[in-house]
Amino acid sequence: MVCRIVEEPFEPFATLEKCQKEIFINRAKVGANAIFVGTMRDFNDGESVESLFLEHYHEMAEKVLSDIRAEAVKRWELDEALIVHRVGRIYPGDAIVLVATWASHRAHAFESCRHMMEILKSDAPFWKKERLKEGERWVTKNTSGVTSL
Amino acid sequence: MQIKIKFFASLAEIVGCRETVITIEGKETVGSVWNQVAGDRPMPDGTLCAINRIHCEFDREVKNNDEVAYFPPMTGG
Repeated sequence: MVCRIVEEPFEPFATLEKCQKEIFINRAKVGANAIFVGTMRDFNDGESVESLFLEHYHEMAEKVLSDIRAEAVKRWELDEALIVHRVGRIYPGDAIVLVATWASHRAHAFESCRHMMEILKSDAPFWKKERLKEGERWVTKNTSGVTSL
Repeated sequence: MQIKIKFFASLAEIVGCRETVITIEGKETVGSVWNQVAGDRPMPDGTLCAINRIHCEFDREVKNNDEVAYFPPMTGG
């Protein structure tokens, strides 16, 4: 279970626990675990959002997620990497994406986790359509992944 | 040759089609195929494309049995 696209709500920390049990034989070898959880917020661009529908190109999304993970495992010194992405009808507070990396040292865990998330945002074929109080609208761009601080 | 075409998200709504198969003759690119399947609807700015589930450029030549997809910029995650 290293890349999954799920149609039902998932609890990210229960998923992490399950994943760790499934893929780790010796956790004593792992010194760092970086985790990113993206959740749906109930506002965007100044409007309340009641829910969103996450459309995807399933076969391509599976390949892109798998490629993102494979590239990260090759580039950084990782023991394991996980991507879970939700599709379908999503409500505020629901988890949309979980990216997690495990490594001997934090630099590899942090950097690879962030990199995987940013590439996923730009390359993986998922699209959000928001349901507002009145009508629906497509989300046309991602917010920046960096602050100006 | 036969090409499978897919449209996603806002592009599927604009074109009014999610999936179709077309028959073409001669040399065609991903960009020129748009005109055949979308009729007089201009391609929206920022449109992206893929052949056989891999991102590509619009000047990429299509081949028999290719799966060509058009979609807007991704907004997942």
